[in-house]
Amino acid sequence: MYGKGLRALSISTVVVMAVALGLVFFWVPLEADQGFLQKIFYVHVPLAIVSLCGFIAGGLFAIQHLRTREQKWDFRSYVAIHMSLIFGLATLITGSIWAKGSWGHWWEWSEPTLVSFLIVFLLYATYQPLRFAIEDPERQSRYASVFAITAGAFVPLNFIAVRSSTAFVHPRVLGATSNLPWQMSLTFLVSLLGMTLLFTTLCKYELTVKHTRAQLRALKRLAERREGKATASLPARGRSAAPRLQATAMRAHTPEARAR
Amino acid sequence: MSTAAIEVDGLARHYGEREALSGVSLALEQGQTLVVFGPNGAGKTTLLRVLATLLRPHEGEVRVLGSRVPEESWAVRGRIGLLGHEPLLYRELTARENLSFHARLHGVMPERIEQVLTAVRMGDRAEEPLRTLSRGMVQRVAVARAVLHDPELLLLDEPRSNLDPAAVELVEPLIGAASGRTRVICSHDPGGGLAEADLVLGLREGQAAMLAPAAAVDAEAVAELYR
Amino acid sequence: MSATIPGAQPIASPERTAEAPPAAPRRRTTPTWSVVRALLRKELLVELRTLESVPGMALFAVTTFVVFHFALQRNSIDGDEAAGILWVTLLFAAILGINRLFVADADQGGFDGFALAPVDRSAMLFAKVLALLAYLIVLELIAVPAFGLLLLGPPLGHALPDLLGVLALGDLGIAAIGTLIAAIAVRTRARDLLGPLLALPLLVPIAIGAARASSPLLALGHAGSPAARWLLMLGLYDLVFGLIAYALFDFLLED
Repeated sequence: MYGKGLRALSISTVVVMAVALGLVFFWVPLEADQGFLQKIFYVHVPLAIVSLCGFIAGGLFAIQHLRTREQKWDFRSYVAIHMSLIFGLATLITGSIWAKGSWGHWWEWSEPTLVSFLIVFLLYATYQPLRFAIEDPERQSRYASVFAITAGAFVPLNFIAVRSSTAFVHPRVLGATSNLPWQMSLTFLVSLLGMTLLFTTLCKYELTVKHTRAQLRALKRLAERREGKATASLPARGRSAAPRLQATAMRAHTPEARAR
Repeated sequence: MSTAAIEVDGLARHYGEREALSGVSLALEQGQTLVVFGPNGAGKTTLLRVLATLLRPHEGEVRVLGSRVPEESWAVRGRIGLLGHEPLLYRELTARENLSFHARLHGVMPERIEQVLTAVRMGDRAEEPLRTLSRGMVQRVAVARAVLHDPELLLLDEPRSNLDPAAVELVEPLIGAASGRTRVICSHDPGGGLAEADLVLGLREGQAAMLAPAAAVDAEAVAELYR
Repeated sequence: MSATIPGAQPIASPERTAEAPPAAPRRRTTPTWSVVRALLRKELLVELRTLESVPGMALFAVTTFVVFHFALQRNSIDGDEAAGILWVTLLFAAILGINRLFVADADQGGFDGFALAPVDRSAMLFAKVLALLAYLIVLELIAVPAFGLLLLGPPLGHALPDLLGVLALGDLGIAAIGTLIAAIAVRTRARDLLGPLLALPLLVPIAIGAARASSPLLALGHAGSPAARWLLMLGLYDLVFGLIAYALFDFLLED
């Protein structure tokens, strides 16, 4: 159910990323002002875009979760946000490197994208502590979904707010993605595609692994129950920030269910 | 429209990977009393809260007073009285203020507040903040809160805890068999519980270990549940 | 409180006989406005008895101004700086109130008692937002004059009406987001920590808009008027998050 297409996805990710890297390092011309450092642009901006889309996707999945109450949506929401947080951290790091290279300091308040990103990152960094702090799994999923939707709506508003407020003291190099020569545009797009594929593949991978583990646990429980052992004898798992798929996932694969 | 006060069919509710309730089915006619026995953690409180529309069933069908829960919960709220482990009262407010608050929530006339305060003999202590009152007194006010809106169905979780024998007698007309209401009571007292039951449900680890009319059950069978 | 409550059915006796026929489902929900009033009344009563929120918020704000005086080593500030310090202080004082907002309900069974009633659950959101707004207004009645006295260089006089407008817009946003986050955080472990952590990033745009809008009002010399774009931004933010809070609040009240 989850593992379908994982191989095809992984292969295409590797291929596109390889092409992107090749384009970045060997083909696209150097940018006049900044030289080699500017190439971070092809990594930093796609990371940012994918990360933000991931956060919003997390919010959309959360909406589905609240509407249908199906756990799989909360699962997807969690993985999307979790992965976006990692990509977001990478965004901040690459942005910081670029700032250091361009202006000599590791942070730049006048760059609204970077600043908005920091705020969004700080917000989503509280997502896992929030989940971890709620023990009842059903309530954990529900509260996390409410938060994911709120935060998802926050992302665009925050960008507008910060962008309005930033004094354009420095030329906005990081944000200038229009008026690029076609080679740079192409490289950028390929890189963006690669990042998107990478994100999707990693998410799918995490979903598959967790789902498989859940099915394994369910099978174990089923076996123990058949043997007459009380299920209470299973070691209690500790609190976790991640949602756990239920044994009910198994029931979809019973013969009666398949016959439906 | 059936006349059963409660119809439960295959109710399941999980807490993570643990089944708090699974495969519970029962039917209770109006005016009857269901007593639920079971060790701690068996799912008694969960069942009560599902019937109170506070928890939604994860599987199965639940009908309370003719309406499906949770789809039609709105039709049922206001006709159920819950008396759980917590009094659901604000400690900083007086008895009268607490009851007044609940009366406004339920759209109940103010005269009713005085009626129930008198019925639980808290009329003269009604102007003191609850945190200054003893547990027994707070429990009496909690009883008053539970019946304030004259519910058709009473859900009681060990209602006589914190009450001295005199107080137990006092609240009997309000929450006892004589009140004529349909009742579901969680109890740890086999003797007393059986005496007032029409139907007995024994829960163990979320499953119905026993479901029978009270006449067919003896105290020994109930004690078995706890072993 | 009037003797008759609209929509209420008079209940005659506490007892009923077993033979009484069952009534058809009474589709009676208590009107939302009277529920909001009841909730607000309860809220303010509890606050008056415990004085848990408002005095703490006000005291915190005034103390913070004193701390700023020493930390900045200045006797008077104006313009951007003043706006920033005022709004940061107000925000953090608001957090104190937000942390306390649902505590009594969570600890004393207020959620259950409310959930059992035949009411529209959004009424609790409205009531809590109004309560938080009330606390913020009282906070500002104390903190803003204190600010004018202790730290602010230029006199507040002319700028006051405009400042009140900015305060109002800021308060609405703080109240909407604060209530939603308070409801999320209250039934978690470490609720006092999670509340601020969740709320502060969400309140950043309000801080931006309110500070930028207040800045010309607190400037030396001829005080200007706030730029429309900041007021617009605040208004938009308030609207969006007000709607989001309204849409999502019910999901937090289920168990």
